[in-house]
Amino acid sequence: MTLLTVDGLTITTASGQALVDDVSFAIERGGRTGLIGESGSGKTLTALAIMGLLPEGLEVSGSITLDGEELVGRSDRALTVHRGNSMSMIFQEPMTAMNAVMRVGRQVSEPLRIHRDMSDSDADAEAVALLEAVGIDRPEQRAGAYPHELSGGQRQRAMIAMALACGPALVIADEPTTALDVTVQAQVLSVLRSRLAATDAALLLITHDLPVVAGITHDLLVIEGGKIADRGGTRELFDTPVHPVTRRLVEAVPPMSRSGEVPTKAHTPSVEDVIISARQLTRTYTLRRRRLREPGPVIRAVDGVSLDIHRGETFGIVGESGSGKTTLARILIGLNRPDRGSITVDGVDLTATKDLRPLRHIAQMVFQDPMGSLDPRMRIGDIVAEPLRSLKIGGDHETRVRELLEAVSLPSDTADRYPHEFSGGQRQRIAIARALAPDPKILVADEPVSALDMSVQTVTLDLLARLKEDFDLTMIFISHDLSVVHRICDRVLVMESGRAVETGPADDVFRTPDHEHTRQLVASIPRLDGTVSA
Amino acid sequence: MRWKRVNLVVGAAIVALVIVTALVSFVWTPYDPQQISSTERLLGVGENGHVLGTDQFGRDVLSQIMVGSQTALFVGVLAVGIAVVIGIPLGGLAAARRGWTEEGVMRLSDVIYAFPPVLLAILLVAAVSPGVGPAMVAIGIAYVPIVARVTRGAALSVFELDYVAAARTYGRRKTYIFVRHVLPNIASVLIVQVTVLFALAILAEAALSFLGIGAQPPRPSWGRSLRDAQTFIQLSPRLAVWPGLAIAFTVLGFNLLGDGLRDALDPRLEVRRT
Repeated sequence: MTLLTVDGLTITTASGQALVDDVSFAIERGGRTGLIGESGSGKTLTALAIMGLLPEGLEVSGSITLDGEELVGRSDRALTVHRGNSMSMIFQEPMTAMNAVMRVGRQVSEPLRIHRDMSDSDADAEAVALLEAVGIDRPEQRAGAYPHELSGGQRQRAMIAMALACGPALVIADEPTTALDVTVQAQVLSVLRSRLAATDAALLLITHDLPVVAGITHDLLVIEGGKIADRGGTRELFDTPVHPVTRRLVEAVPPMSRSGEVPTKAHTPSVEDVIISARQLTRTYTLRRRRLREPGPVIRAVDGVSLDIHRGETFGIVGESGSGKTTLARILIGLNRPDRGSITVDGVDLTATKDLRPLRHIAQMVFQDPMGSLDPRMRIGDIVAEPLRSLKIGGDHETRVRELLEAVSLPSDTADRYPHEFSGGQRQRIAIARALAPDPKILVADEPVSALDMSVQTVTLDLLARLKEDFDLTMIFISHDLSVVHRICDRVLVMESGRAVETGPADDVFRTPDHEHTRQLVASIPRLDGTVSA
Repeated sequence: MRWKRVNLVVGAAIVALVIVTALVSFVWTPYDPQQISSTERLLGVGENGHVLGTDQFGRDVLSQIMVGSQTALFVGVLAVGIAVVIGIPLGGLAAARRGWTEEGVMRLSDVIYAFPPVLLAILLVAAVSPGVGPAMVAIGIAYVPIVARVTRGAALSVFELDYVAAARTYGRRKTYIFVRHVLPNIASVLIVQVTVLFALAILAEAALSFLGIGAQPPRPSWGRSLRDAQTFIQLSPRLAVWPGLAIAFTVLGFNLLGDGLRDALDPRLEVRRT
């Protein structure tokens, strides 16, 4: 029996531009449908239109029926009867999707108090049961905690518990695991799967991450430019993609995620010329004290890490969030200072000197968030020229900027424009051009592609690989994504809770992991054939 | 969306009117605002060519109100100028340095913040001399914590952004980063705050002049006009109405402008417009 019917859904802006164009599909009761596409393709707008949560100023036409009831054109008030009740939504970022000043238990049970008229004490008791069902340990205690006191994975589990509280017929999950680590992602996906099976709710899973839909949905919709480009069974579309859009998406999936195999790659053993040498690096943070007389808890972000990075290699640092990889990178580039340990970068002893200016010429960094790493009030030309001015590098800056933009394959008129005029991938290229401006020997890239779409990731990784050769760089590549690291890195270092647990050539580490944590990471990678071995 | 623009347009129009009035009053007023005439005391609206009548000394009310706008704008510029010149660097310093510097700056702010601005002004005026200058210096100092807090709060979030980290990787110092990368990105928040403080400063001057410790004769002031009108409130209530309206109108203008600017400069709206 059909639960949700979307027929000819069109969403237009005030200026008449169609963001979603004639989208039609249906979901059966208890069905599992994936909606995949790149960012800006209209997936999230489609979801918001079903929930009736579209931002102001957008025109909706067409028809959306849930259980035979038309939703388009209904007042916001009429729709509140359905939201959180017969249909609910799981958002990408559980930190911002939850109220920071409301206890988790109260939030999870809020739909029950609204739609089921439950008393506070009954609802609180039910919240504990719901949290337990999604696999949160010590649920009584967690129910009394605030969102920031839970980990990202726990928050997302709590979101799932909340979405399923009223036993909805339809759950819409918008990139539910994108903000999570691989091992946590695997756990959350399995919780989502088992809870859906237990409650018989239908699922519309929206994501740009193909392996994520592979393990959980039966049907698939491929959306591009606001139009449904391809549809069919998840298995067959991934096994034998025919439509060019689907094929492009499938091909952008890194080899390690495509099948369980770790493909061999030509490992180029570099000359043993060490450019960065670090010994016993330790960096701790003291958190705010909870009680007046007790000292605050100490976090060991980096805990006794030693490493040697060879000239000309691409060195990967992998680990989950909070494992200390970014802090380590920031120490290597002199943004943070270690509490203990020594570090030498191309002959500059960072622990001995206070003046880091020589280091600035040698090592530069590319950051994760391409929007946050560019000053929105500056023109691209000024952004790229900033390091030249700051480091007092002579020569014709304008020409140099043009060369750099050309090197990252951006058009020449880029220099006069502002960051917001560019897509995420283009902005990341601008950030790369800026990092290359002082002609550094070392480029530290901190999650440079994790905010980008799969196909853009591929292009950006290829660009980085090319620039590494052209500019004769040593690259330190930080990522939580093992398949990306495997693809681009010669050697890798695996971090867990501030410690380096395993180092070696990328092939060896991923094929025959020595450490339990590495094994767990490799096993948690979701795969296109739908299997997750964890 | 559109009605939000109304605030901005109306606010800007009122503020512009006040500024133009102040400028015009430097070169022209219907009568000499200080001209005393024993034969024309307490004239009604429109009598003998006095559009808003005359006061107890026979001075033209409209001319006085026009010239009073000079004082209103002067106090706004002086008080807000002091608050901005001291408050923004302090807030920026707190956000850039963190740790003990931040604690020190913010606790000092708390101490100043604990004094009501008008009380602080009375103290300073008592210590120095009555007059708009000292009173507004005090008001300006009282507003420093407000500007410092807003600056720190907004700057803290910008200092966390990667473009600040990027600027450090290519060797920029924190002062440069604050001026070049942080300030332009928090300007909208500060502009809104400044317009609101401007309105508050005008109100504070009116209150102080009403108490007799603000503008001293012969400097015309709406607040003092109100005070003078008090004596004749039974005889001629309109004498209190005109300066009262002038104050209310100007404060409303700045508040609307602040509201309108807040909406117009909202970065989220900016993204949507592009």
